[in-house]
Amino acid sequence: MSSAAIASVLKQRRTIAGVATDVIEIGQGPPLLFLHGGEGPVTPNDRYLHELAKTHRVIAPWHPGFGNAELPADFRDVGDLAYFYLELAEHYDLKDAVLCGASFGGWIAAEIAIRNTQRFSRLVLIDALGIKVSGRETRDIADIFAMPAADLLQASYLRPEIAARDTTKLSDDELAAIVRSREALCYFGWQPFMHNPQLKRWLGRVRIPTLVLWGDQDRIAKPDYGRAYAAAIKGARFALIKDAGHSAHIEQPAAVARAIAGFVGPRV
Amino acid sequence: MRAWYFSESAYPDAWDKDPVSLRITLPSSHIDRDKAADILNRHLDEWAMCDDLGLDIMLNEHHSTATCLTSSCTLPLAILARETKKSRLLVLGIPIANRSDPVRVAEEMSYIDLISRGRVEMGFVKGIPYEIAAANSQPVRMMDRFWEAHDLILKAMSTRDGPFNWEGRYFHYRQVNTWPRPYQEPHPKVWITSGSPATGVEVAQRQHRVATVLSALNAKNLYHAYRMETARMGLPDPGPDRFGYLALVGVGDTQAEGETFVKKVKGYLETTGIVAEPFTNPPGYASVGANAAALKRGHTGGVGAHFQVTMRNGRQINQATASVAELVDAGVCFAGTPDQVVAQIKSFNEYVGGCGNLLVMLQGGTLDHKDTVKNMQLFSREVLPRVQNLVVPVTRDVDEIENVRQKALETGLAAAK
Repeated sequence: MSSAAIASVLKQRRTIAGVATDVIEIGQGPPLLFLHGGEGPVTPNDRYLHELAKTHRVIAPWHPGFGNAELPADFRDVGDLAYFYLELAEHYDLKDAVLCGASFGGWIAAEIAIRNTQRFSRLVLIDALGIKVSGRETRDIADIFAMPAADLLQASYLRPEIAARDTTKLSDDELAAIVRSREALCYFGWQPFMHNPQLKRWLGRVRIPTLVLWGDQDRIAKPDYGRAYAAAIKGARFALIKDAGHSAHIEQPAAVARAIAGFVGPRV
Repeated sequence: MRAWYFSESAYPDAWDKDPVSLRITLPSSHIDRDKAADILNRHLDEWAMCDDLGLDIMLNEHHSTATCLTSSCTLPLAILARETKKSRLLVLGIPIANRSDPVRVAEEMSYIDLISRGRVEMGFVKGIPYEIAAANSQPVRMMDRFWEAHDLILKAMSTRDGPFNWEGRYFHYRQVNTWPRPYQEPHPKVWITSGSPATGVEVAQRQHRVATVLSALNAKNLYHAYRMETARMGLPDPGPDRFGYLALVGVGDTQAEGETFVKKVKGYLETTGIVAEPFTNPPGYASVGANAAALKRGHTGGVGAHFQVTMRNGRQINQATASVAELVDAGVCFAGTPDQVVAQIKSFNEYVGGCGNLLVMLQGGTLDHKDTVKNMQLFSREVLPRVQNLVVPVTRDVDEIENVRQKALETGLAAAK
């Protein structure tokens, strides 16, 4: 066993390229930048971070505008987030890092990877959004803004109870963070809905080894969408994670960490 | 006081088709096309009657809904510009944060202003949250987009020396040159609706007309905020003409008849809020603070209390289920005999500190043509003449506001020296 069970989580407010954001750091080893989906890197829990920290130094920021940091006034689209993370990679002086993103964070990771992979040696996409696969009258990604909260929870997880919470018991700061994240997700993903129509066109520019992991029960973006994603990236491997919904890393943290470790391989 | 006749042009036959949502998701197969044609034509006829009754006209729009068949207020505005000769024509309004082309708005309003020879009044509205899904417009930062659209429309309508360039945050044009120009100079009067004193301040800063709906308490606070901001700017008190207020109205030969009318009009209140949960509160429509407070209460749908209204004694009532007397007190409706309605409007006018524009919803729900005409006639003949020249009430806040104005003027003078 590694020391992950006692790995300490460090959460710090950072200002990078003039943008304030909160960043979690956990574990030791080769760096892994984890870009979250949903509200932030610890929602509904951070078990997957501990799993990843068994083999990596994990850097897990809240996207600008998510959680407790304000959405920068001059950010317009996911491209701004991609450039922000390229700045963050420089700030941390990342070398040969694993770039890993889930859901909306997977979209950002793909946008980073088509721009510049100088500081990254591997790309891992988990139930990633960001591309348009089907025709104009077929929705690839479930319309999360048209679902009642209870239905959204059901659609997001194979076992929704792991994400159930009583908002009346949360602090004002925690509640504001939930609201801000929902707003920011909407800001970047409202239209075109959760994708950049040009992203798929340029995925051929991703020239680092890529692994696409998908919850076999994903009801937000179905596994075929993930297969199409992988097909658009030269040499990308696609693997299903058994018994997981749209957040494979949340529902199967050990399996996802194992898949990533196997993909990255032993390193010095 | 002017009175502006309004109907929501509802389609009540579909109101029982879906208990969850009469908006956004209700299939249009529930519309009988001949019935819809009858309804639209009937309401246009009723609006056209305003010319002879001495009423002005107010129009609005909603989308994908059985509660309102007017899907663009510009369309009936254009028709009524030809069918009437005297009534002022208010759209309240155009949801300019949901319109992709503000220059088109400027062109259409200018055209109709010419046809009507200067009778158009332009209302710009944020719109209720349910309009977001139908328009697919970005709800986050929508008020930034609203104000940019507002600035562009007014510049497009008032520029007389050829094309100008616009490369804003939300809208881009290189040759804006509105032909034809509007009839009124520099552009028709602008109205903006507001539910909160904060927006009232923003409207005051632009010195437009401000209107609110269905809550005397909100109106009172809104008008106060507007007058206070006007004073802060060192400008003279705006007077009641700057303020508008929408209420449901039923006037009958007897109290019972007036109340029967208003109860039918009230079908509007009983259905307007029937909307599937996710459409009631798109992210960013309400503030972070308001949304966080709603979560704290365990609430997952719309924030605030859209269908709650506060009586003058502070008691909360539900607009859909309260009694007529309670609704009159809260300012949601005026109802009864002409004498009673006159007294209610006078009392409201005193309470809010003077309101120069009453937006009267004399038709709503299942109130049929015959009763609507009677309601309109009684209101315009027996009520309006007796409230047209109401004395502006002296309000409790008058000294406070004057002090602010004096300070602003002194500071301004000192700065000029």
